[in-house]
Formats: sequence, C-alpha cells, structure tokens
Amino acid sequence: MLLIECPHCGPRNGTEFTYSGKIQPRPVMKGSDFEARAEWRRYLYEEDNFAGFAKERWFHGNGCRKFLDIERHSVTNEISSVSPAGEAS
Amino acid sequence: MRLSPQSGEIIDRSSPLPFTWNGKPLTGHVGDTIVSAMAASGVKVFSRSLKYHRKRGILTANYLDPNTILQVDDEPNVRAGHRRLEAGMNVSSQNTWPSLEFDVKSANQAVGRFLAPGFYYKTFISPRPMWPMYQRVLRRFSHGGRIDDQVTSDHYDKRYAHPDVVVAGAGPAGMAAAIAAAKAGASVMLVEEEYRLGGHLRYGSADDLEALATLLAEVEANNNIEVLANSVVGARYDDNWIMINQRDPGHVRERLISARAKTLVVAAGTIERPYVFEGNDLPGVMLSGAVRRLINLYAVKPGERAVVFTANPEGDLAAQDLSRAGVEVVEVVDARSGGDLVGAKGRGKLSTVEVGDRSVDADLLVTSVGWTAPTSLLNMAGCRPVYDQGAARFVPTDLPDDVLVTGGMVGDGSTEQLVAHGSVIGTNAAARALKIRARWQRLTPSALPPALVEVVEESAPDLLPQAHPELYRASTHGFVDYSEDIKSKDLISAANEGYNLMELNKRYTTVTMGPIQGKLEVANAVAIHAEATGRSIAETGTTTWRPPYAPTSLGALSGAEMDPVRYSPMHQWHVARGATPLVAGMWIRPEHYGDPAAEVRNVRAKVGIIDVSPLGKLDLRGTDVPKLLNFVYTNKWSKLTVGSVRYGVMCAEDGVVMDDGVVGHLGEDRYLMTTTSGGAGLVWNWIDDWLQTTHPDWDVTMTAVTDGFASINIAGPNSRELLGRLTEVDLDKEAFGYMKVREGTVADVDGCVIWRIGFTGELSYEVHVPAGYALHLWKALMEKGQDLGVAPFGVEAQRIMRLEKGHFIVGQDTDGLTQGFSLGLDWAIKLDKDDFAGKPELEWQAADGVQSRIVAIQPVDPTVVPEEASQILEGTDIVGRITSSRMSPTLGRSICLGVVADHLKEPGTILNVRLGNGETAKAAVMEHHAHFDPQGERLRG
Repeated sequence: MLLIECPHCGPRNGTEFTYSGKIQPRPVMKGSDFEARAEWRRYLYEEDNFAGFAKERWFHGNGCRKFLDIERHSVTNEISSVSPAGEAS
Repeated sequence: MRLSPQSGEIIDRSSPLPFTWNGKPLTGHVGDTIVSAMAASGVKVFSRSLKYHRKRGILTANYLDPNTILQVDDEPNVRAGHRRLEAGMNVSSQNTWPSLEFDVKSANQAVGRFLAPGFYYKTFISPRPMWPMYQRVLRRFSHGGRIDDQVTSDHYDKRYAHPDVVVAGAGPAGMAAAIAAAKAGASVMLVEEEYRLGGHLRYGSADDLEALATLLAEVEANNNIEVLANSVVGARYDDNWIMINQRDPGHVRERLISARAKTLVVAAGTIERPYVFEGNDLPGVMLSGAVRRLINLYAVKPGERAVVFTANPEGDLAAQDLSRAGVEVVEVVDARSGGDLVGAKGRGKLSTVEVGDRSVDADLLVTSVGWTAPTSLLNMAGCRPVYDQGAARFVPTDLPDDVLVTGGMVGDGSTEQLVAHGSVIGTNAAARALKIRARWQRLTPSALPPALVEVVEESAPDLLPQAHPELYRASTHGFVDYSEDIKSKDLISAANEGYNLMELNKRYTTVTMGPIQGKLEVANAVAIHAEATGRSIAETGTTTWRPPYAPTSLGALSGAEMDPVRYSPMHQWHVARGATPLVAGMWIRPEHYGDPAAEVRNVRAKVGIIDVSPLGKLDLRGTDVPKLLNFVYTNKWSKLTVGSVRYGVMCAEDGVVMDDGVVGHLGEDRYLMTTTSGGAGLVWNWIDDWLQTTHPDWDVTMTAVTDGFASINIAGPNSRELLGRLTEVDLDKEAFGYMKVREGTVADVDGCVIWRIGFTGELSYEVHVPAGYALHLWKALMEKGQDLGVAPFGVEAQRIMRLEKGHFIVGQDTDGLTQGFSLGLDWAIKLDKDDFAGKPELEWQAADGVQSRIVAIQPVDPTVVPEEASQILEGTDIVGRITSSRMSPTLGRSICLGVVADHLKEPGTILNVRLGNGETAKAAVMEHHAHFDPQGERLRG
C-alpha cells in the first residue's frame, strides 16, 4: 500500500486517499460540433497511461479532506512531490 | 523408529500424546510434528499423488513437504511436516479411495501416457453441453481434503503494527540482524516460519547449538524485539506495507498483521532442491534436510540402509548424522568428484538405487544437490534475481534502499560469517529506518521535535555463494513437481509443442502451480525448460513470484469485523419499538414497525413521523454560494429568496444524474443543502473538489452537518396541528407555504430548521434538530400527537408513498447511464445558463434526442406486482425495465416506475412486462409520474 506524505497531515496510508484523475484544465465548451465533442470526451475519458512520473490529483478524504497534486511514477509508484492542489511549483 | 536421546532434540519424552492415523491409534511426544510422530511409529506412506495416485513418503519433513499434506480433524490441507502434534488429533490421508494402501485411482498410472500435459484441456473441450457433467466427475479426482460444512464459525483476527524494522527469517543471520537493529534503537519484528528460532542451527553440531543458545538469549533479553514464531511474512507491498500471517497466536486460529515497516530485512535462508531422476518420488527418497531434521530434532531413524548422493557439505553432514543414528550408509556418491545417480526402483517404496551400472539395495536414498534462494519478497520489491552458474543458484540484485538481504540468500559461510553479515545488515537497516522515522515525525504536525538517533552505516563483510556443481536432472527422467505430478518429460514435450517460454510452459503444464507454489521445484523446472529449448538457465530466468508467499486462510484475510456502523440518536427508540432494521450504506435504519401498509394509511389519514437522520446536510456560507449552486445543479439559483427552498438535480460531467435534493436559503449568505442519504459523502467530496481545485476564488465555506442535525419528517393531514403544538413558528399556510424554510425553537430546542417539503406527497414538515436533542423532540412528537393519531413510519412506508407520488430515487430508478433528460427533468435543466457540471453532455443529449424515459406504469391486472428489474419486451428486444414497484395501500393496486425506450413514452402505451415466473403481464404507461394526487393538492394544502 502506498504511503503518501500529506503536506497537512504527514505520512499516511494510501487507503486514506482516493485518486481523482490527471491534472488538466476543464475545457470551455463552445458549440457542439464533432471537434468540440471529441475534445470534451478526451478530457472526460482518455488517460495517457504512460510510463514515468505522472501529475495526478488525489483527495485526502479520510484525512484533511484536501485535494493534492502528486507526482507519482506510474511504474515504481515512487512519489516525488506532494503539494496542495494548484500550488505545485 | 525412535532413536536414543539426541543432543539437540526438541521432543519431551516424558509426555506421550495419543492420536490416530487413518483410524489407527499411535503415540507421539510434545514437540513432535505430526509427521515426525508418524515416522517414529513406522509410517512410510503419507499420501497418494495428484494424477497418478502414486504412494508418497517424506521428502523434506518441514512446511514445504508436498507429500505430507493431510487432513486433521475438520481441517483439510494441513502441512503435517510443520504442524505440531496435539493430543487427540485424528489425522487422515486425503484423496485416497477406498484407502491409502489400496487406491483404485492409482490405475491412472497404467494409463499415464494419456495424462500428458494439456490432457484435460484437450480431452474435455467438447461437446460443450457436457461441461457440467465433466466438472462433477473430475471434481472427485481433484486433490484436497474435506471441508466440514457443519462448522459455521471460527475466530480470526487482524492487527496493525508500525515497527521500524521487520526481519523475515530467524536463522543465525536474521537473529543477528534483529539484535543489531534493536541495539541501534530500532523496534524490530522478528518473524520465523518455524515454531523455533535458529534455522539450520537447530539441527546442527554442538557448536551450532551453542551459537544458537547465545543468539536466543540475546533476542529474548532485548525488549526492542518482538518475536513472531510460527508466522510468515506473506507479502511486501509499496513502501514496505508488510503482511504477516501469524498462525495460532493463542486466542484465535490465525491473525493477519499489517505492518508499515520502515525497512525490511529478508533473511529467508535457502530451500533445498530435489533431484530429478527415475523413481525420485518413491517413499524412502528424501532430501538431506529431511533426514537431518528427523534425526536431530525428533530422534527419528529415517531408514536402515542408506545411499547418500551429495554435492555439498550439508550432504556430507547428513551422511554423518545417518551413521551416528545407526543407519547403515552403504554408499556415498559424491557429485563433486563426478558421481551421479541413474535411478531408483521399488514397488511403492524404495528397494534399489542405481549408481552407474550397479544396483545397490537400500530403503533410504538421501540427495543433497543444491539450494534455491526464496527470493519471493525481494521480487515483490522489484528485484530480479540473476543466475550465478558457478554456484548453481539465483542470487538477488538491485534492491530498493528500504529492503535489505542477509544470510543464506546472499551467500554461504560459517555461523560466524553469517552472524557478522547479519549484524551489519541489521545495523544498516536500523540506520535507514531511524532516518525514515525521523522524517515521518518531522512531517507530522506535532508539539514534540523528532528525536533522530544517528546510526552510521557500515559496509557488510563478503558473503559469497560457494561453488556448486549444476545438478538438476540425472540421465533419466523423474518428477519435477510433486504436488502437480509433473515429470521432466512433460516439460520437455510442452516446450516442443510450442510453449517455449518458461511462463507459457508453467501455465500449460501447471508446473510450480500446486500447493508448494514452486518453492522446491522452480529451479529444476527452469533448468529442464532451458535444456528443452536450448537456452541457458540465465536466459530462461525464473517465473514470477507473487504474493502471498505462503498459504493464508480466507478467515485470516477476512479477519475480525471492523466496518463502522452509524446510528441515529433515535436508534434505541426504534429498537425498543420492535423496528425491523435495514442496512442502508453505513446506517442502520428502521425499515418498518410491523406493518408498512398500515403506516402508509396512517400517514395518508392522520399523521406519521419518520427518522430521516441519514439525510446529507451541508451548511454553505459566503457571498458566492449562488454561483456554486448554479454550477453544481442543473437549474437556476440566483433568485432564491431568504426563507425559500428549491429542488435541484446534480449531474456528473458525463451528464449522468448523481444526486438530488433541496437547498434552503436560511439567511444572508447562508444556505443549507440536503442530499440523498446515500449520496451525502459523494456530494460533499464533489463540491469540495470544485471549490478547492477549480474555484478557490469563490467565497464559499462548506461544513458537513449531517451528524450535527438529526432529521424528523412529520407527514400527514394532521402534521400542521402536531408541529404547531411544539413551536412558536407561524405555520399558517399563507405565512409558511410549500417549499419554504424557517428557523426556530421546537419543543424548547433552539436552532431547529423547519422545511415545508414533501417526499411522501402529504402536507409535511421536516425538522432538522441539533442531534443531542433529537430523541427529546421525537418523544415529544409521539406524546403530543396521541390524540391526532401519530405513529412512526419506516423507510418502506416512505418508499411506497414516494412511489405513489412518482418521485424517483437516484440509484434506484436511475443507473450509471441515466442522463438528466431521461428523467423528464426538462423543466429543471437550464441549458441557457453559462456553464454547469455536465452541461456539454446534456446539451448533446437534448440535441441528439433522448433515448429512454422514466415513466409511471400500472399493470393492467392490478394484483400483479412485477419484480423490480423486470424486463419490458418488444418482441424479443428489451426496450425497458421496471425500476420500482409496490402494491399501493392507498390505491389498492400495483404501481411502478420504469424506464422505457423513447417511442414508448406516450400515455396509454401498453407494455409487455416479463415477470419472474416467465409469464408476460400487460401494463400501461401513465400520464403523470404521480399515481396519486398528481396535482399536488394534499401537498400544498
């Protein structure tokens, strides 16, 4: 089980957190043509699934209830940084 | 036969233990394993093999012995080479019929050539309709013991632990590591699979026993070490989350320990390999470790005339032990000087050993041909072992910083060398663990500064694998996997059939997939596969080890019940009133108090009260709350005046309905949102997500008050009169109309929120009362309403009434594909708003045409209540389903909500509903969702 170093609570078991998706801006929808739908559905459903450090959003729901920005290696599970959502350097 | 007392024996000869073996009474001693006691009584055959039902005897005499897995009382699959004997045990053989001595299924040996790899796959593939019959018949041939289905429960436990260092394996290196780590200031868990610590020292020389005594004394004297014997480290997951299976800790059968260790030291030693040759599974063929354990620990004489085939010092020691025990060692074949075995012969037991072109009569053949490091835990940490040809074994490499390894897995050495290496590794494990501990303390908000004990790491002395001949298979063929009855020929033929990768060969032949999981045979399987494919062992590589390392019972995994349960403040009142409990998520709610139909009639005619405390409640404050509401709900919120309530539906970003509820505008910049009971947590997280990640600029403060307020709904024509007796709040229908909210004092309780809303379709008031006073209010309502006919009603009555009113329940009448317009919510989805969650998908749903609709449905025969989830058919096409159905006590007929294809939504359409009994019922689509009072006159009265 992962150990995540929450910037508010300290190191906590991964089960206290839930994965909340990749960090990405929510597209502003204009129109409903094919392109617009494709862009929206890429945002909603498509994951890059690449090997390496991925920028992810996690939610410390059974802790401080803060959303966090986490860089996690998708192969080794190594976590290189954890910061409050939107505050990553 | 029992020998005279041995210097290292662990049996207590003063205490005999009676037990039975296949019904026959035998006696052993305290300290015996089941197998050692049986062997001392002269038992040679312990089991029949899986496919060929060949007689099998002792191979390893420890936990990993594939041939001594037995039934003990009601417990199947007991590792009898490990399990300690207890008085009165009834031990029996498994999968033998009619008896171990005469087993009819041994006829399989004669047809053995048909049982080649893939036999079952190829033979029983067709005809397909016969599969259930094949299954029934083949199951009788399968291995394993009997489960007693009369045993309904047993006790298992769980424990969470936070040691600095976990040491897996308590041989000399593991014990030394634990001692050094503990001395350096780390808390240590020392885990040993055997009942006793010491590893191979237990059955070694006088010097070994003395070294063991010294180590044991140090371990016992150190309070930083917790010893877990008869326990096994089953798995290592991310960040050293370690699963330890503690067998028979005393108060329960098994306990599963989840430990978050800072560092893990793996000191699992090595496992002796069998040798592959013709007749290698005959009773009487044993590994050197087996005879050394039998003689030195249990004083059991393993045979009378022995041949020893040795390639290492341990084999030489076995020959010495045998001589000392009075076994006639007729020949020692030394592989280091070129000696080799050809095969072994005998009918059901060993009688002749073939060495070169000679035959030697013997009843015991001992092999000592090499060692395998059980790198399972290291593999789980990302290590890939590499093959060292000179030492004929795989050695670990590439460890992460928080996993260390010592002892036999690293290399061979004297006890002093192993202890020296273990000590340094233990010190280093502590050094790293204490750094991690200090870091974790520094990161945890605390008044106390972290105390960092600096321990300097040292470089470990050399511990190298000794040179060893590569010995896997003789010139003949024999068994590779004893558990699965896989021979070397089978592996070769599978490779020739095209299963030319080790992982493919494994899956096809099932080699290494039996109860022993490859621990004995993986190296042999790899070597023979390499031989068959013309590749080297290094190129072939090992199969992947996955957790758990050792068998874990389902009881231990399930463990003690630890799920939290939530009760409302009125729970005990409901219990006292005889309410039937209903599990609703984490909550226990009253389903009904005996007769839900009567509860419905009482609400419709008089007044009822229901405990709706699990209702989600979110207190929202700030100038930007209307912006938030506009965003998370599909309708408009900007003009909601103070004192008013509005209904809203939330959709996820895919347009699928996720929750609904009402929001009351309590005061300036002050709102109270309610959610469904099941959606309370989801909505709380959902709003937090938007507020924290997308709109941190909004002035909104959210507080979850679900538990702070309990909620009581007072419903029925007499509800105004009843509530009026308990509050000064003006309940006049003009002053306090439908969909309004007030704050005030109720039954002398300040700070109550009163809502005039109605899920049941009756005039009703919902009171949110500070939870500590909720029972007081509930009792006051029951007391003051006696003359008005007040009675409690439960969740079932509420569900009937909401169905009579046609209110859908999110999750009951909707599923993971139900988008907003499918619920007929056109009036509540405002696509002219700038933006809101789910808007793009809802826009497209509207533009593309709505595929399915929720409608009210009434069966033509009013007595038919179709089961929920009944299909609606058009020909053979499924065109909808019943989502809710009940017999309505108010209307005296069956009523439903359902989802139908868009072309069936018109009122009056007759649907074909397929019932559970296979019959089809006609049912009509209704004009209004509400079956009862569609104009809402009662509600607004």
